[in-house]
Amino acid sequence: MSTKVYVPCDSSAQALGANRVAEVIGAEAAKRGADIELIRNGSRGLFWLEPMVEVETPQGRVSYGPVRPADVPTLFDEGFLKGSQSPLFIGPTDEIGYLKNQERLTNARVGITDPVSLDDYIAHEGYRGLRRALEMQPIDIVQEVTDSGLRGRGGAAFPTGIKWKTVHDCKADQKYIVCNADEGDSGTFSDRMAMEGDPFVLIEGMTIAGLAVGATWGYIYLRVEYPVAHRHLNQAIEAAYAAGYLGDDILGSGKSFHLEVRLGAGAYVCGEETSLLESLEGKRGLVRFKPPLPAIEGLFGKPTVVNNVVSLASVPIILDKGGAYYRDFGMGRSRGTLPIQLAGNIKRPGLVEKAFGISLRELLYDYGGGSASGRPIRAVQVGGPLGAYLPESQFDTPLDYEAFSAISAALGHGGVVVFDDTVDMAKMARYAMEFCAIESCGKCTPCRIGSTRGVEVIDRIIEGKQRGRNEELLRDLCDTLLNGSLCALGGMIPFPVLSALEHFPEDFGATKTHAA
Amino acid sequence: MTENMTREQRIQAVIESLKDKPGALLPILHGIQDDLGYIPSEAVPAIASELNLSRAEVHGVISFYHYFRQTPPGKHTIYLCRAESCQSMNAEALEAHAKKRLGIDYHQTSDDKTFSLEPVYCLGQCACSPAIMVDEEVYGRVTPERFDEIVEAVKEEA
Repeated sequence: MSTKVYVPCDSSAQALGANRVAEVIGAEAAKRGADIELIRNGSRGLFWLEPMVEVETPQGRVSYGPVRPADVPTLFDEGFLKGSQSPLFIGPTDEIGYLKNQERLTNARVGITDPVSLDDYIAHEGYRGLRRALEMQPIDIVQEVTDSGLRGRGGAAFPTGIKWKTVHDCKADQKYIVCNADEGDSGTFSDRMAMEGDPFVLIEGMTIAGLAVGATWGYIYLRVEYPVAHRHLNQAIEAAYAAGYLGDDILGSGKSFHLEVRLGAGAYVCGEETSLLESLEGKRGLVRFKPPLPAIEGLFGKPTVVNNVVSLASVPIILDKGGAYYRDFGMGRSRGTLPIQLAGNIKRPGLVEKAFGISLRELLYDYGGGSASGRPIRAVQVGGPLGAYLPESQFDTPLDYEAFSAISAALGHGGVVVFDDTVDMAKMARYAMEFCAIESCGKCTPCRIGSTRGVEVIDRIIEGKQRGRNEELLRDLCDTLLNGSLCALGGMIPFPVLSALEHFPEDFGATKTHAA
Repeated sequence: MTENMTREQRIQAVIESLKDKPGALLPILHGIQDDLGYIPSEAVPAIASELNLSRAEVHGVISFYHYFRQTPPGKHTIYLCRAESCQSMNAEALEAHAKKRLGIDYHQTSDDKTFSLEPVYCLGQCACSPAIMVDEEVYGRVTPERFDEIVEAVKEEA
């Protein structure tokens, strides 16, 4: 019987050399006449161990990492196909502390299965949610999602069930499900991991959404920066069509759902739902005025559910195990789990899916192991380029939507980017404004003009020119952006800027006498 | 088969195959750029007439998106991530090194037409910052030395 060997095909694993490792393992096995089955799984999300190679043994899967191509012959010599100890031996994968203490609901299969194998998906509880949904009335599916307490994981945290109910209640000849897979926030990669590592879960989630609201067409609007996700999604969609999980008569139910991937073209603002819809319609990605809500007049003027990847990928388990099962994880009004992404200057970067409520400090030190450089962690940006920079004094804030808004921060997509004490926070504030200027869609004046002026004002502060007056001007400008912008790009860019100014005034040349 | 076709015919073939999709403009622009490496100016009137749009509308869409280019790229395009996570791991030094090594700034192509350099705002490789992508291959934890190795290797395989 052949031994199963797993080498991740996740793009970060590839970025660290996984493809070459897989090739060398294949060649070495052939040379030695070892009977192996090489499987390219997704990533477990323990990126400091990537490329992480797993071997299936009678006692379960054991892991080795990080494996370089040159390590492979030695691994064979040491008997890694039997799960033997060696310097790269990590142990039974499920027992690794980082992984063991997680609560993986949405990412339950990521890193375990062959992402593009429908059989593997089904063997790991895939498509059970859809089978149950096919036996339910649409409104009962909506109710199940409402009961789960699921809120949009894209950042705005709007209750998913309410959005679905609005679309469900609309009368229309055509409705759409649109997956916002344009996650362009630095420090976030859970969408990418889900699409690369378990594309079927997204397809299943979207199909269930279609059944719930009466939509027969879905689009995944995917970032062009994610070519591996693009390939995997298309392969999975093709397999789902071939097996009757997509198409005109899903599993003989008479219900239909069609799905297509559309590529974006490198515009950050297209992650905003209305500009995403404009882009899908073939236009410049300009933000739309709301109302009308996309739920009522969305894609091509039809009622449309727009949800993020992680939100839709959470739906299958909710339908499979029930809304209450999902709701029982979490705290307050933040229910279920959040895939948190540890990134930047951190020793153990990776994916940590936990119920809401874990503190930043636990994440940074217990999971992350402190900074990669070994220097003190000085600032942490949570929630992407529009998220606040938090100083050490705020590291005990629990990850919960309300707790974060209470400190003028945003949990956003759960991305955590770590900076050590060499960071220049005035430069980061300037970068935030510059980013807004580059990425503004240009429709509203505060964002279009304000971001450019913002860069200039910060430059003057950095140069020490009329510091007090310019700081006042910057605050005033941020107030205009916050209250006058059409969408979150202009409306949230003050968060990183003001938090940097607030918590790290010394980097802006402030002395204690005029810090305020 | 596309080798025997003129550029105009190739553009027309892409338009024909995609024009009936709802919201066909972006797929068409991707199709043309995938085929030719960029979107030449003569594509604009051709697309406009098939999709019943004005030339200004088509041009407006091309210029809105960072990914679409209106001039031919080098043989390989290097996308360098400028986002926060990469910055926290010295992307700025890498950026300076890359520009010096290639002798070009962002949005430019080297004289020998081998490399084009583009900034990108997040490759989703934040767990192995700083990251670059060369064509469709991603590389993580890229130091200036590793950058040189990658550039040399890519050159050789060409």
